[in-house]
Amino acid sequence: MHELGATIAAAAGPAVQEVFVERGQELVLRATREMIVPLMAMLRDDPRFAFEQVMDICGVDYPERAERFEVVYNLLSLALNQRVRVIVSTDEATPVPSVAGVWPAATWYERECWDMYGVVFAGLTDLRRLLTDYGFEGHPLRKDFPLTGHVEVRYDEERKQVVYEPVALTQDFRNFDFLSPWEGMTTLPGDEKVHLIRGERGQIEGPKA
Amino acid sequence: MSTELVSGLPLPGGSEDSGHHQKLFDADTHTINFGPQHPAAHGVLRLILEMKGEVVERADPHIGLLHRGTEKLMEYKTYLQAMPYMDRLDYVSPMCMEHSWVLAVEKLLGIENEVPERARWIRTMFAELTRILNHLLNVTTYALDVGAITPSLWGFEQREHLLEFYEATGGSHYHVNYFRAGGVAKDLPAGLEDRIGKWCDQFPAFLDDLEGLLTNNRIFKQRTVDIGVMTAEQAMAWGFSGPCLRASGCAWDLRKSQPYEKYGELDFEIPVGVHGDCYDRYLVRMQEMRQSLSMVKQCLAKIRPGAVKIADNKITPPTRGAMKRSMESLIHHFKLYTEGYHVPAGATYTVTEAPKGEFGVYMIADGTNRPYRVKIRAPGYAHLQAMEALSKGHMLADAVAIIGSLDIVFGEIDR
Repeated sequence: MHELGATIAAAAGPAVQEVFVERGQELVLRATREMIVPLMAMLRDDPRFAFEQVMDICGVDYPERAERFEVVYNLLSLALNQRVRVIVSTDEATPVPSVAGVWPAATWYERECWDMYGVVFAGLTDLRRLLTDYGFEGHPLRKDFPLTGHVEVRYDEERKQVVYEPVALTQDFRNFDFLSPWEGMTTLPGDEKVHLIRGERGQIEGPKA
Repeated sequence: MSTELVSGLPLPGGSEDSGHHQKLFDADTHTINFGPQHPAAHGVLRLILEMKGEVVERADPHIGLLHRGTEKLMEYKTYLQAMPYMDRLDYVSPMCMEHSWVLAVEKLLGIENEVPERARWIRTMFAELTRILNHLLNVTTYALDVGAITPSLWGFEQREHLLEFYEATGGSHYHVNYFRAGGVAKDLPAGLEDRIGKWCDQFPAFLDDLEGLLTNNRIFKQRTVDIGVMTAEQAMAWGFSGPCLRASGCAWDLRKSQPYEKYGELDFEIPVGVHGDCYDRYLVRMQEMRQSLSMVKQCLAKIRPGAVKIADNKITPPTRGAMKRSMESLIHHFKLYTEGYHVPAGATYTVTEAPKGEFGVYMIADGTNRPYRVKIRAPGYAHLQAMEALSKGHMLADAVAIIGSLDIVFGEIDR
């Protein structure tokens, strides 16, 4: 798997920035956004790689990063029985070149990624929303999009039609913070002072022992 | 064909006017709204069909009518709480959906080699029973779509037997929530293995009956042979997997090529089609049911008593008895069902061969008790996308046969 990664990196040149193997099992490439289409075409057509299928394309949102979105491509080679994951990053405005010309199957995955994250794909002929409602606003899988959404629908008996209204919750959504001191966390909130004193003592006693 | 017949509309003004005829014939390229409330749409598919007469020119599936935001919801749930959503994806084969999830979580937890043997055999066996469950529904409703009612009446009886096995394991007919990271929720109840064994004995006779109804049925063949043909190259480019890919002649099965769970120890064959048409997709599923049946029997023979989940109470709950006596167990139980377990940071794309094809879970863990991102790769999504490529140039009635042969379930497509 490391060999495959090295071969791809050598063949792709600057299109691949980083190669690593996740938990010793899954090969991951970080690729240059602008060169993604020739890279993908090479991965498909080169008999050493032969990734005939794109199984999945999805977005991931990291709001704290400068380029907050990752687009993740999971490729599969039937002939050589191998998989690779290609990752590029982008922000709200910068388009990612579409790979729909390499695999027609990419069309819906890219449409979904646009729908869910607002990642723009350059060269994608069909940039409509896919999963959300007609006339939906926003990109629901972004981390800053609330879980409850912004609007709710109901059938209005008087107006005899479906109406959209702002979400009204009888109880606020409760997001419990469970990152609590079970194990691994040794300093309880408010207990910092105790550890400070213990630490100092430890430093004093340390060299003696 | 005369204009009046095609359009079905009375001609306004004098029908002798030939110029008028010409105009109407141009307007004959019309659009049909197929679904979302149509029995042959297999759920809530809205298919916009541009027709030329009765021939499909363009097919534009509008999906998302069953979109529930599963992936978003999972980001707000612990790994254990997110499990039941998996059942609700492909609700025709719930345990296979759970399977990808638990394998992904186990991989990230690094416990994939510690799962007890018995749990693995149970999971393999139920994955195969689920495959039969799924194919029974698909083949019979597909036959219903193209005009045969009897298969569904017979098939649903067999499905009911299988659903009773489901109920025996998890207490529910469909949404069993039975597989867990680290094993299965609880052991099989006494006598269930015998019941499954008995069911296995009578099932081949049913399969013969079903094949007798369909395989050489003249009407069924007229509706399916050479309809919706996909070559192997096309199928690969469109991201096909599972029976739809195999029907096109690719001998590709994740259970063979990338064995997971206990498939490496099972003896089975991969049925492969030749023509890649609707009929071959049917034949592949029929043969797969026979293979699955043989696998269930092999599992029954190899299954041994033993633990059904790992002993680490940080991941699997302690027994009721232990909780009554041990403070440690009580704490474990409480923490497991409130906080859940923390999964080390990492990412995985874990796949299983679900009845419909490659079902993948791309999961990013950030070290907390909740997944940072879950992407569900549904096989039906890729298949439905190829609807236009499959149905172009076919008649409207063939579009129905094609949808049936693709095995579309909207729970997994819309997520």
